[in-house]
Order: sequence, then C-alpha cells, then structure tokens
Amino acid sequence: MLADKDRIFTNLYGTGDFRLAGARARGDWDGTKDLILKGRDWIVNEVKASGLRGRGGAGFPTGLKWSFMPKTSDRPRYLVVNADESEPGTCKDRDILRNDPHKLVEGCLLAGVGMGATACYIYIRGEFANEAIRLQVAIDEAYEAGLIGKNACGSGYDYEIYLHRGAGAYICGEEMALLESLEGRKGQPRLKPPFPAGVGLYGCPTTVNNVESIAVAPTILRRGASWFAGIGRPKNEGTKVFCISGHVNKPCNVEEAMGIPLKELIETHCGGVRGGWDNLLAIIPGGASVPVLPKEICDTVLMDFDALREVKSGLGTAAVIVMDKSTDIIKAIARLSQFYKHESCGQCTPCREGTGWLWRVMERMVKGQATVAEIDMLLEVTYEIEGHTICALGDAAAWPVQGLIRHFRPEMERRIAQYRASARLAAE
Amino acid sequence: MSGHDNGAPFEQPASFAFTPENMEKAKAYIAKYPAGRQASAVISLLYLAQEQHEGWVPRAAMDRIAEILEMPPIKVYEVASFYTMFNLRPVGRYFLQVCTTTPCWLRGSDEVVAACKKKLGIGIGETTADKKFTLFEVECLGACVNAPVIQINNGDFYEDLDGPSTEKLIDALARGEKPPEGSVTGRQGSAPEGGPTTLTSPDLPGIK
Repeated sequence: MLADKDRIFTNLYGTGDFRLAGARARGDWDGTKDLILKGRDWIVNEVKASGLRGRGGAGFPTGLKWSFMPKTSDRPRYLVVNADESEPGTCKDRDILRNDPHKLVEGCLLAGVGMGATACYIYIRGEFANEAIRLQVAIDEAYEAGLIGKNACGSGYDYEIYLHRGAGAYICGEEMALLESLEGRKGQPRLKPPFPAGVGLYGCPTTVNNVESIAVAPTILRRGASWFAGIGRPKNEGTKVFCISGHVNKPCNVEEAMGIPLKELIETHCGGVRGGWDNLLAIIPGGASVPVLPKEICDTVLMDFDALREVKSGLGTAAVIVMDKSTDIIKAIARLSQFYKHESCGQCTPCREGTGWLWRVMERMVKGQATVAEIDMLLEVTYEIEGHTICALGDAAAWPVQGLIRHFRPEMERRIAQYRASARLAAE
Repeated sequence: MSGHDNGAPFEQPASFAFTPENMEKAKAYIAKYPAGRQASAVISLLYLAQEQHEGWVPRAAMDRIAEILEMPPIKVYEVASFYTMFNLRPVGRYFLQVCTTTPCWLRGSDEVVAACKKKLGIGIGETTADKKFTLFEVECLGACVNAPVIQINNGDFYEDLDGPSTEKLIDALARGEKPPEGSVTGRQGSAPEGGPTTLTSPDLPGIK
C-alpha cells in the first residue's frame, strides 16, 4: 500500500481547510517562484522524466504534450483545464476541485510556464456549481496573494486564470468539443488536425489537460521526477486517485499507487465486494467507456494503463464500477448504451444513429426478445461505429457492448432461450 | 442532447431585462474573455437569466442575451437547447434531478425514483400541481462513490440516498427547509463509510 507520505492529495476527503492557509500548511505554493525560474525546459523535462501520463482517460504522456506547444508565438497561448468530469463512475476531479483547489491553481501556473502559456481557462462541468464556488475562492485568493496575475509569485511571469462553467453535456469532456463550448457554441467536436497545439482556443495554440494531470504537477516538480517515477511500474508510474463505486461494502475515492492489484484495491479500501470476493460478477475498471471484465480477470489484473490494455480493457479515468452476482449485467450495459445515446452530440451519423440503435437492441437483449444471430449483428454494428466518427464518443459507446458480448455472450443467449421458452408457453 | 421541452403548454413573457445587479455580473463574465470573444459568456448569461427567472429561460431572455453578446438569436437558442442544465419551460421551485446511470442504478436509484414518484404523485418530466416540485431523471452527475444521488436545482447534491431518506428529503423541502447538501448518512465526503483507510498518519500537515 502507498504510504501516506507519498500521497499527493492529502485533503482528498475535505477534513482540512481548502483555502490558501490550509493549502500552504499542506505544502502547496512552497517555493513556486524558484520552480518558475528554473524555466520552461526544466519543467517539461521534469514532467517527462516523471512518466506522468494524462489522467483524463487516454493516458498520453503529459510532458510530451506540453512540448508540442510552439516555442515562440506572437499570439496568446492557452492552457485549458478539462474539469468537465462526466464519465460515469468518475468523481475524482470533484474532490480535487472542492478540497484541494490550490493544487490545481498552482499546477495551472507551473504547467502554463512549462508550455509558455499566457492564460488559463478551467472548464468545469455545470453541475459542479458548489465546487466552482470553492475553486473561484482559491483563484481569488491566489490573485490577492500575488501568486498569479501580473508578476506571478514575484517571478516576472504574467499569468491569468479564469474559471468557465459548462452546462450539462458529457461531450464537452472531449477536448475539441470543450473548446467549441468555451467559445460559446454547441459542444460539437472539431476535426483533428489541426491539433489544438497549433489551432486551439480562439485559433491560438492551446493544450487541454485533465484536472488531476495538472494538480499533481507541483508536487512532482517539488519532490522530483524520480520520486514519482519510483512508484508503480515502468511506463505506468506515479500515484492515481481511484473511484470505486457499485457493489462494494464501502464505495470511496482513494489515492493509491498505479499498478495496484484490482482485488487489493477493493479489499483494502472498500471493505471488499458485497457478499465477498466470490460473489463478484464483473467490473468495469476505468469508467463507463471501457469494456467490462469478468471475475476471472479481476482476480489478478493490475490497475494501470498497460495491464488493463493487455486484457482488452483500459484504465480510462480509473473509475472502478463493481457488480456482484445479483446484477443483471445486460441491463447494466444497456443503461450505458442509453447514456451514450443521450449524450451523442448528433454531428456524425454513425454515432447519432448508431448509439440509438445500440440502445434499442440492447433493451431487447435485456428481455431476451431477440435472436442469437442478432448478437453477431450487434457486435458488427459496434465495429461500424468505432473509428468512424470525429471524436471518441462513438468508440466509447461501442466498447461496453463489445465487452459484454466478449465475456457474457452465454448469458445473452440464455436470456434469449428463456424468452422464447416463456413465449412458447404463453402460446400453448 | 435535448432540452426539457415536453409537457403542458405555457406562456412566454413578452420581455426580459436583467436586474442592474445581474447586468454588472454579466459584464464581469464578459470581461473574462478577449475582446471580440464575448460569445464565450453565453452560458454564464443563460445561467444568470435562469436564476433571475424562476429557474427557466424564456425566449425573451435569450433574445436579450443575443443583443448583449452581439450574437444571432439562433446561436443563443442553439446553446440553450443543447445543454441540459437550461430549462426552456417553467419548472417547480425544487427541480429534482435523480441520477439513474449505471453506478447510481447499481446502488438503488430505482428506489429513489420510486420514492419521488410516490411522495410527489407525479411521473418523470412532470411538475406538482402546487408548482413546488419537478421530477427528472438525469445522466451521471459525477458523485458515483456517493451513489445514488439527486441534484436539486443548480448543483446541490444529496448523496448516499435510499427510498426512506429520499422521502425524508422531500418532506423537509415541502416544509420549506433546506437540509445541508452532501451525504445524507453523514459520510465525510468520498471517504469510505466508517472512516478513511488512508491519510491517517498523525504527522500529516494541514489535516484535522
């Protein structure tokens, strides 16, 4: 188990003061000026060496992403922080926003210096209205204390941070949709390329990062890349906030080492699976979009990017959704199909039409009112959606259904046989 | 995506004006964005209008926002109807939004919805006759380890609910009380029930 001294988010549960005084007592804003003065290249290299991979789901190396920003530009350059946390199962950024907002604000400044940004917009989901109030308090405190704004921390670097609220749209967690929304339009993703590092917010160079990726940066820079890289496995380094929901005795958020065995995570921090480990049916290990895993895989799998990819799932946002044997697994996944149908922005035909089609067929699968051949057709259609849309929402809608068919096809067939038998009985 | 536009007919007010206080707030929001990029403030101004106008945004308010931000009105309508948090028709004083996405469903959101329906005598998408309550199902609210969750109006979350605690919550609201938001079982944030398994070292600074 990760030692408390190696935990970054020491106020994860909000037992301490979220304001500047409390944050300083926890070590935030300590020597920030010196870190800024070490310069842009040092910051980027340090984050690269730490092995930090993006915490928003895709796992792209954060330092490398920062290095894509142009070295010189006469246009403004922006850091945009994605606080539109909406992936079902995920509620880690919420705790950072409400309980440790200064870690994020300081991270915005240091990341901004690292990529040569002039200003930062934090895009927070609309439902996090109370979290937005706290984050605004933290931003205001940082301005008043001279930590951000003109001559931030007395370093000579000018840097503005603004908070921007969304208004209820999962799709705005997709970086290009987020930028559209930030510019005052419907959140419909733009085509890439051009990538945001070239043409982003208001047509200017922009980098979009997840809240957690930014909020861990100050601690990494203070304690050193090698400290962070010493936790976890190669290419999967560092600590991670996990959200464990569903059928565990004690659902919770917890910061742990990357690569912790899934079973250990649940037994150590969540009081185990409801009814014991043997009562486990399946787990979605990384938020709604990643494929579900049956118990046999959950017995031994490690919680990091590469280990979960090897078993054809993903770490995603590290949102672990646990389902015990009482769960109607087909219904659990059908509800996710409904979610994606609701959240499709409607721009690309395969997603707009496909998500609704998946949901309707999945609802029939729940009842068993289908033929076995339709399971194959369902799978085939997911492949027609996946990879054929502007953004990854189409993929995200396809993967849960693919995972279900991969691991629970016998259950789907049983349901169909059951329905047919009862229909026959009714006819007689 | 869909605006919440189903149900009984209703009347659109003929005009809308921001209060002087809200107009000041609107100017502060617009100032966050570079010159010529004032359209970025459209969501903020829609929130202001909704707060000022009993929880919903009338057509006249969208037209006024279009004027202020120098946008074509259709662009404001597009935004207002795309994002689910804007109500384009009247809602009750307490707008109950029950999350029913899988993590909440696994923890019993069906019972929470049933308790709301039973207590209020209305279905999903309906408003009580006294205009006090409107009931909706919504998608993931992002508080999954405290499931099931209800959001009331704009951003107040009530967490760790079940049937009986949902009925108690509605009773309190009906009496005009506003219970403190957060976990109804008294959990500390997202920590495991009964106390955290981490961050327990006595020498951690800045933690009570």
